[in-house]
Amino acid sequence: MKLGYFPGCSLHATAREYEESLSVVLPALDIKLEEVQDWACCGATSAHATSHTLSVALPARTLMQAEKQNLAQIFAPCAACYNRLAAAQYALAHDERISSQVESLLGHSFEHPIKILSIAQLLNGLTEEIRKSAKNPLKGVKVACYYGCLLVRPPEICKFDDPEAPSSLENIVNATGATPVQWDMALECCGGGFSLSRTASVVRLSRAILRSARGAGAQALAVACPMCHSNLDFRQRAINRLGADGAPMPILFISQLVGLSLGLNSVQLGLDRHFVNPQPFLERINATSLLQPEHREQA
Amino acid sequence: MSRIGVFICHCGENIGRTVDCARVAKSLSELPGVVHSIDYKYMCSDPGQALIKQAIREKQLDGVVVGACSPHMHEKTFRKAAATAGLNPFLCEMANLREHCSWIHEDRDRATDKAVDLGRFIVEKIKYNRPLSTIQIPVERRALVIGGGIAGIQAALDIADGGREVILVEKDPSIGGHMSQLSETFPTLDCSQCILTPRMVEVAQHPRIKLLAYSEVDSVEGYIGNFQVRIRRKARSVDETKCNGCGECQKCCPNKKIPSEFEEGLGMRTAIYVPFPQAVPNIPVIDRANCAFFKARAKRVKKAVCGKCAEVCGRQAVNFDQQDEFITEKVGAIVAATGYQLYSIGKKQDSKNLRGYGEYGYGEIPDVIDGLQFERLASASGPTGGKILRPSDQKEPKTIVFLQCIGSRDRAKGIEYCSKICCMYVAKHTMLYHHKVHGGKAVVFYMDIRAGGKGYDEFVRRAIEESHALYLRGRVSRITRNGETIRVQGVDTLSGEPVSIDADMVVLATAIRPQPGVEALAQKLSVSYDQHGFLNEAHPKLRPVETNTAGVFIAGACQSPRDIPDSVAMASATASKVLGLFSKELLEREPLIARVDGLTCTGCFHCERVCPYGAVERKQVKDRKGRLLKIIAEVNQGVCQGCGTCQATCPSKSVDLDGFTDEQIYAAVNAL
Repeated sequence: MKLGYFPGCSLHATAREYEESLSVVLPALDIKLEEVQDWACCGATSAHATSHTLSVALPARTLMQAEKQNLAQIFAPCAACYNRLAAAQYALAHDERISSQVESLLGHSFEHPIKILSIAQLLNGLTEEIRKSAKNPLKGVKVACYYGCLLVRPPEICKFDDPEAPSSLENIVNATGATPVQWDMALECCGGGFSLSRTASVVRLSRAILRSARGAGAQALAVACPMCHSNLDFRQRAINRLGADGAPMPILFISQLVGLSLGLNSVQLGLDRHFVNPQPFLERINATSLLQPEHREQA
Repeated sequence: MSRIGVFICHCGENIGRTVDCARVAKSLSELPGVVHSIDYKYMCSDPGQALIKQAIREKQLDGVVVGACSPHMHEKTFRKAAATAGLNPFLCEMANLREHCSWIHEDRDRATDKAVDLGRFIVEKIKYNRPLSTIQIPVERRALVIGGGIAGIQAALDIADGGREVILVEKDPSIGGHMSQLSETFPTLDCSQCILTPRMVEVAQHPRIKLLAYSEVDSVEGYIGNFQVRIRRKARSVDETKCNGCGECQKCCPNKKIPSEFEEGLGMRTAIYVPFPQAVPNIPVIDRANCAFFKARAKRVKKAVCGKCAEVCGRQAVNFDQQDEFITEKVGAIVAATGYQLYSIGKKQDSKNLRGYGEYGYGEIPDVIDGLQFERLASASGPTGGKILRPSDQKEPKTIVFLQCIGSRDRAKGIEYCSKICCMYVAKHTMLYHHKVHGGKAVVFYMDIRAGGKGYDEFVRRAIEESHALYLRGRVSRITRNGETIRVQGVDTLSGEPVSIDADMVVLATAIRPQPGVEALAQKLSVSYDQHGFLNEAHPKLRPVETNTAGVFIAGACQSPRDIPDSVAMASATASKVLGLFSKELLEREPLIARVDGLTCTGCFHCERVCPYGAVERKQVKDRKGRLLKIIAEVNQGVCQGCGTCQATCPSKSVDLDGFTDEQIYAAVNAL
């Protein structure tokens, strides 16, 4: 299967490990990606906080590029990118005023709606393949699935999974052989884009999420959004400064977890790039160690 | 040549102001066949009617046209007048000069012209009218009541007390319905079972009520006054004629861990069981899915397994070989009182149009329960003996949160209607809680309080002011475990503040839905239902307990969410309708029905396919030697409602509607 690919800014920068993991996991599941040419910023946070037109026009431009490339589906691994693309498509279909404005801005009229896939949608459709090709099923580890705010909501735009009690990430985790835990904060806010401007709030919110996951017995947290990952991973040191709640909680992209179950190399999956060292977790599941010297060169 | 009389009414000023009635009478008098034409101030008054009667007698009229108001208003009046004067009532017709003319026009000249046209229209039509006589149908004066909840019980008792036989069919092993599960009832707080069980016993002992519990309606055929109902008597595995209800079988049944339906899963029952001690009939039933004997039989285990209940029964009433039986009953009227079920809160829904509330943890957090479960906890006959205790650890909840409108009034969940009873029963729950748990704190999240009814708003005020329930206007976004307690996060929209409460128990007031399977029953009864499955009444205001199928009535929560007083009132209303129907041996009805010309009918049965009432039957035409010549359509006089769809559909023009024949309509149209 071939999919259009929209990496957005983070997969080339702060969430490099996310892209690295996808680059090995998806071929193993027989999925090829074709990057949308000359894609633009999805407009997350900055654009939709300042101009509604711009917040639709930016992702619409990417949709236009994809249309020109004859892509039927676009895969947007970042939850914010996914949400902006889907929201723009929804606005183009349902709001005549904005759609005519954007079409005249772009000099392009949209004809065929392109299907936009989030990581949860993509992998949820591949659970059988994951289960079949799992060389190293993650038996005996408990994982909390964290959706954040953008992956399944708003329901009229995403039209995927239950917006208040989703289960798609749990399905994927089940396919890896790990056990998803029942917990309460899978949809609570991590603080999102306030990471730099109101760090204290982000630390408070992310701390509550980590505590809840720990309370439910999770040994790792699976996420599907670079922003969530950054808040929960990078800010864990600041969180622990408020008083340590327990052992550091490794934060893994769902694709990395799938990769581990497929028996892929931890370094190739980018697991050495996290702030919270996942080594103890990797040892539990017999994954390749990160402790070898000059590992990245070897990989 | 016809001898038609025309009578133009001024209706006081109503017609006379805009229409020159004298000119209308004069113009119509000039039509061929009109031998008498007058106008008068009030034709419907006694002197006005006398004018008509007099003219019929003196001028030997064979047709009467009254130009006045709508036939809905006075057609009966004038036809009766015509009949007293010796004219067939169906040779009297009305031209509507008021609603169709004077009330909607201003220009007097043009309105008068139109009135003349309307009069001429009817004059030409009436030339082709034929005398008709009312149709008489025999009535089987017994009634079927479907559903043995409070509505069905009330309807059955009222009909039986009125002197007619009733067959009461209940699908569960006992009658009593949801009301038997309730603890106390609003707004008087009287004990539900105390007021219900005497009525249940009355049903069982009534000489004119035949109670068929653990039975379901299989099929319904026929029409008003003459229904044939096939009833499936489900196998109880216990012989009703032998069992004396001693209860020994229940005591010895080894499988005691089956969640009880009556206790809403909060208590356990055995595999052979009576749903509750006051059950009527007090005869046990074997739950074959959970009985060791039947499970072994299903697996074809040859060796005898269990069978203890049969051994212990002194009257040899237990019969493992009992089969479902079918009986057919003939009845003249049917009352459907099938009641309600609660909306399923969690993610699993039985309809694709519905969505659940995954975020409320129902089914995952044991102390999040629904309203009926709370009733069982508060009931003296319930699993806790009337003490309000948490299902998880049997501790008394010190803080309890009630959530109203779970499902109801939530378009996103697929139910936009108000379930009507929840505001009241939540207020009742807070009172029961206040009485039973001293020092406990009750919090209610509500959208609006809808307490219309006698003593209802006062009741809610008592809950707030005397039982100190804290009412917060707003919704709850999430219910999560927080150690021993349950964290309820919501918003108080009046103060604009988010609210977080650590509660010991949460009660969800879930939406009311019709019983499962009601659509199938409605199809058997030819009764329409709305998109939610609630049965439709014939008219929301003026015919609230009748349906569009003559002889079928509805009572209680099968029509829309209803509380006990409403259900009982509806049930008594259906009983009065049924008794009215049964007051005569023969049913009379207007003869304006379809008639098939057997000579030209080719038996294509297009009419059968389009008839909304199922009135078209197949009739064999045979010659003198009994050889089948052809099969033609025939209209059942009892079922036909005279809509005319078959008349418009028939390719060979073999169907005519009496009173509105093609001949009449063409003549009328040609007059314009």
